[in-house]
Amino acid sequence: MSAIEHIPEFGSRVDNGLLRFLTCGSVDDGKSTLIGRLLYDTKAILADTLHAIEKTSARRGMEAVDLSLLTDGLQAEREQGITIDVAYRYFSTGRRKYIIADAPGHEQYTRNMVTAASTANLAIILIDARKGVLTQTRRHSYLAHLVGIPHLLVAVNKMDLVGYDRTVFERIRLEYLAFARQLGIKDVRFIPLSALNGDMLVDRGENLGWYKGPTLIDILESAPAAHSESDERFRFPVQYVCRPQKADDPLLHDYRGFMGRVESGEIAVGDEIVVLPSERRSRIKDIQIGGRTLPRAVAEQSVTLLLEDEIDISRGDMIVRANDKKLCPGAPASGTVSTRTALATRRIDAMLCWLGESPLDARRKYLIRQTTRDARALLDGISYRLDINSLQQVAAEGIGMNDIARVAFKLAQPLVVDRYVENRATGAFIVIDESTNNTVGAGMIL
Amino acid sequence: MNAPVLEPALRHTTLDHLDWLESEAIYILREVAGQCSNPALLFSGGKDSIVLLRLAEKAFRPGRFPFPLLHIDTGHNYSEVIDFRDARACELNERLIVRSVESSMARGTVRLKSADESRNKHQSVTLLEAIEEFGFDACIGGARRDEEKARAKERIFSFRDEFGGWDPKNQRPELWNLFNARVHKGENIRAFPISNWTELDVWQYIAREGLALPSIYFAHVRPVIRKGGLLQPVTELTPARDGDVVEQLRVRFRTVGDITCTAPVESDADTVHKIIAETATSTITERGATRLDDHASEAAMEQRKKEGYF
Repeated sequence: MSAIEHIPEFGSRVDNGLLRFLTCGSVDDGKSTLIGRLLYDTKAILADTLHAIEKTSARRGMEAVDLSLLTDGLQAEREQGITIDVAYRYFSTGRRKYIIADAPGHEQYTRNMVTAASTANLAIILIDARKGVLTQTRRHSYLAHLVGIPHLLVAVNKMDLVGYDRTVFERIRLEYLAFARQLGIKDVRFIPLSALNGDMLVDRGENLGWYKGPTLIDILESAPAAHSESDERFRFPVQYVCRPQKADDPLLHDYRGFMGRVESGEIAVGDEIVVLPSERRSRIKDIQIGGRTLPRAVAEQSVTLLLEDEIDISRGDMIVRANDKKLCPGAPASGTVSTRTALATRRIDAMLCWLGESPLDARRKYLIRQTTRDARALLDGISYRLDINSLQQVAAEGIGMNDIARVAFKLAQPLVVDRYVENRATGAFIVIDESTNNTVGAGMIL
Repeated sequence: MNAPVLEPALRHTTLDHLDWLESEAIYILREVAGQCSNPALLFSGGKDSIVLLRLAEKAFRPGRFPFPLLHIDTGHNYSEVIDFRDARACELNERLIVRSVESSMARGTVRLKSADESRNKHQSVTLLEAIEEFGFDACIGGARRDEEKARAKERIFSFRDEFGGWDPKNQRPELWNLFNARVHKGENIRAFPISNWTELDVWQYIAREGLALPSIYFAHVRPVIRKGGLLQPVTELTPARDGDVVEQLRVRFRTVGDITCTAPVESDADTVHKIIAETATSTITERGATRLDDHASEAAMEQRKKEGYF
């Protein structure tokens, strides 16, 4: 069955929401061709775009239209002939909308891969059937796993160049599985493909009859959405406080709306809540959005919360459910702390990916932004650096661009955190260099 | 490990795609309000900025918007759009600031090469002047990543230097939902809440929310000339020249920008639902069909953005 038998139409009852996924691999693996083919086969490519790449293909002396040109972005990259930044692509099957984060595969661009992975719920890891599992494959898989992408899909591409040989696919599958087990990767699927010919992407094609599993698009259509798979704890970082204070409107005179997005879990009117880090308690009086009142709010919904009691809350505070958390103020964020505990802490242990061109300077204070809260931070030690090719821990004095290391930070102000493995929204942070205001690091709390 | 049958593991709590996009946009708008001290929202009366206004209502009501609306007027806009712009701002009871390219021309900061040169690219100058005049540290715009190649890598919070320039090699990495809007004095952020929307998403949202639009978005009869595969409207600014064949065609605009560089498409779609049906089966991208200025070169948009264009 083709996934695109429904064209997107208004009023269609079938809407499985949105899936964000990541594609990793290099140009040589046929990644651009795979994306181009997905866009083409789901009819996301329109005539004028196609015409433009036909012209370019011809100008470059190619016989067939090069679908990889669809993802060919900026002038600077065209000059260098490589992809140097994360690009976002969109397509829809009418049942689901997709956002592809297209990350370049070159060794020096770990930071791009981490960036692209941070919002993805599924990663497609491309392997060239002729080459099998490479160092690059391990690196991509490790990074996808580190950044907490719950579902991996290993696409063994270029099956046309190995005669669609099942044994090649099986050999790669077994080799990958052995490696995935070492890393602790749980959900991984495998699919043989020819992106060039379109086999097993949207259509099954004629050449891979021995493969009985779902096509690539079928896997994407049924992949679990973010926040759909476990009971998560309610986390609501306050973004903005609405106080209209209209003297002439008694209803609005005392209005205090706490605006934000439910980062995880859900909340209902009447639920008891705790504000962190102040630990003040109240109950949800109302949940509003756009003039409507809602009985409850779920993960990824932006709403305005009104509380029963007048308590002081500002941007950066976090509202959680009273019965969800065991508060351990000041306790370390790792080690013996029980799971599912949001806690206010002045020290964090984290895996840090350094994004800045200048190395991390241990003498300087940086700004850490986590949810809607900022704290000044000072490096409090590097446990090790991870060699991203061998996946070995190595001793490190400093951390430079594209390095991944286990570090600790001391914080001048408390942050309310979860462990990243339990909550990608409240366990993540970025490091900002205040002299340039650049984002120079990305961290995942352990 | 390849299961032949897949169970969709979707819970009832999953938002549908428009709800998700709306929620993300509200989140982005609130981040701008929370992080920036003096933002503005660019409102032209076009459909994308009309969507932005509805999102701002959802984000901030019952409060006032924490930013004024700003329009950079080339002076070459369809009157239907300008009337709509003013009526909508008035209806929302929000402050609208208009700065015009013609004022920049009078000051001498914009110099056209010829009287009939498109003023579209000169909007950048007027925008930067307005940013300086009011000290805006962020401008919220309705650009989308699906519009054009150079935008596919655009950040949601896009950093512009003191000259308003966009350096594709010097953009801040954007991870999770952690947006970094910090700037030094003189620099600013362009924030794009509907980055992740496609043209179809915009139309579906307009239908769902029942948003009013300027009439020229819907099919109407208009005199046009066929030029290079595009339809050029015949107006006072763009009159027919000798040898031009003027046709009365039923058309609609997919984007409404400067009259001199925005082309309508042939269409019978006179309702939002008919436009959605057409958009879903359209074979030409929005910009390809309608923007006379992007045709100049593949790198046209990238070049204009580097110069401070939105």
